[in-house]
Amino acid sequence: MSDAQILHMPGADDRPGEVAVPGADPSWSDQVDAVLEFLRHRALGEYRVDPFGFDPELNDSVLMAALRPLYKHWFRVEVRGIEHIPTTGGALVVGNHAGTIGLDAAMVQLAILDEHPAHRHLRTLGGELLFSVPFLGMLARKAGATLACTPDAERLLRDGELVGVWPEGYKGTGKPFSQRYRLQRFGRGGFVSAALSVGVPIVPCSVVGSEEIYPMLGNARLLARLFGIPYFPITPTFPWLGPLGVVPLPSKWVIEFGEPIDTSGLAPGGDAADDPMLVFEVTDQVRETIQHNLYRMLVRRRGIFR
Amino acid sequence: MARVVLVTGVSRYLGGRMARILTDDPAIERVIGVDVVAPTGDIGGADFVRADIRNPIIGKVLATAEVDTVVHMGVIATPRQAGGRTPMKEINVIGTMQLLAACQKAASVTKLVVKSSTSVYGAGPGDPALFTEDMEPRHPPTSGWAKDSVEVESYVRGLARRRPDLTVSTLRFANFLGPTASTPMAQYFSLPVIPTVWGYDARLQFVHVDDGLEVMRRATVEDHPGIFNVAGEGVLSLSQAIRRAGRVEVPVWTPLVPVVGRWVRRGGFADFSPEQIRLLTHGRAVDTTRLLTKFGFTPRYTTEQAFDDFVAARRLNTVLSPELVSGAETVAGRILSGWSA
Repeated sequence: MSDAQILHMPGADDRPGEVAVPGADPSWSDQVDAVLEFLRHRALGEYRVDPFGFDPELNDSVLMAALRPLYKHWFRVEVRGIEHIPTTGGALVVGNHAGTIGLDAAMVQLAILDEHPAHRHLRTLGGELLFSVPFLGMLARKAGATLACTPDAERLLRDGELVGVWPEGYKGTGKPFSQRYRLQRFGRGGFVSAALSVGVPIVPCSVVGSEEIYPMLGNARLLARLFGIPYFPITPTFPWLGPLGVVPLPSKWVIEFGEPIDTSGLAPGGDAADDPMLVFEVTDQVRETIQHNLYRMLVRRRGIFR
Repeated sequence: MARVVLVTGVSRYLGGRMARILTDDPAIERVIGVDVVAPTGDIGGADFVRADIRNPIIGKVLATAEVDTVVHMGVIATPRQAGGRTPMKEINVIGTMQLLAACQKAASVTKLVVKSSTSVYGAGPGDPALFTEDMEPRHPPTSGWAKDSVEVESYVRGLARRRPDLTVSTLRFANFLGPTASTPMAQYFSLPVIPTVWGYDARLQFVHVDDGLEVMRRATVEDHPGIFNVAGEGVLSLSQAIRRAGRVEVPVWTPLVPVVGRWVRRGGFADFSPEQIRLLTHGRAVDTTRLLTKFGFTPRYTTEQAFDDFVAARRLNTVLSPELVSGAETVAGRILSGWSA
């Protein structure tokens, strides 16, 4: 991938993962035309935003393109089991959450966009806090995120979208380094009841590498309370090195998608979502699968940075 | 069957147009328009009664004219229209209470159509992407028009409970836009430079005035009991809307937003009240499935088309016109292509 990929502005039927194939570089004037066309769309507001605030044009040509160097060259993400993501229709991807600021969600989103044959958009679910933070909340919505709540999750799944959720939430991203790769509590299982009520498969997703980017050694609770955030991370470099401290450590990442868990068979009466026992069982099953895969991947890992 | 219809808020734009539409309907024998001030525009063949709906006189009007259908459009959106927040609240809340009390007593009244607003859902970071009619607000409105609308709806629910024989339609409209209507949103987008909240990009929905009035008309002449969200299909983000209007966006740092809001309001340029600011920060969108399926009406204008119709009619595209941008694109294309050649 050359740097020219950032200049490539995918249209509706373009394949974001196949841009800038060596030998197939678009000519300079084509690139200029594409960039200028993109800029004209942006300047005149001639683009579509879906009811959730997702802006596919901006997401594909700017937001994901900006993350791609981090994905390819910094974390050198390796993706396994991408075939477990269905090509069409709704599915719920459930992942482990780590690394202080939840970069893992963005990396999984980019992995599916680039590596999946259908280049699907992963619609992520985020906490209320995310949407109250200026810029971050705005960019998250433009990148396809929405609030983690049952109505939004079910609406997206019913529309046949691929939805990503990190049920550990802030408990996962804000856990100390000593707890790395140990899954925290999986919320109230709301994600499972959403999948059950729509009858879509759940795809467990285990990410290795995300825990080491910002090793959280401590939590400045007073500062956290001052800023109104769940935790204020202290890492070996942050806040000591100032802006340099926000540079993540270049750990080697592996993202593995596991076998989908079929939920359609679990709901013969169609009211499986109303059965709390079943919801807890499936929640546990998903959690166990991800945890088990994490341990297996960790044993096989050669080193943190390679 | 609507034979004698009473329309409140008839001296303002939407109420006046509603009165005209209803007088054009041959099945309706008589339209009575009520407002606190004399109408400035044409209200068609409607009889105007200058009555303050805040006092019991409204009951006499209902009884003597044997009104069967009451169309309540008398809720005022901005303090400037009423001459201050206190009279605005009185007209909205006390006025509605008086009107509904009169409706309860008047045996001839069989139907009530209420123009409400999607502002009753509030706006905040914990909102679902789309509100359905059954959802409770996550961030209930605390002031202004939005809070008045919540109170108006609660009194309407009370009346519906006490008079179960009434057909009550509550229509929650997204922000109205149209070629000539001077709504708060129309004023806002007509500012040459548009203040926005820095770091946020609200999702907005609009309903075209023609569609909104058609929904009101159908609710009046047909039977559609219940609560319905009314909005054009789709959403526009605020930044996108500003670009489509060819305006220039000026992001304001959050702590300064209330100050700028006061300037804009005091200067009489546009409504920039706290609830309006919350809407422009977090945005709001509603699910219109019930309107499409149960009510059986599909708005002719999408949110985008309603906005574009407003922009075209107002000739807003003056600051950054599409011609200017296309011209710049051509010039830049020539220069950049020339470099590599």
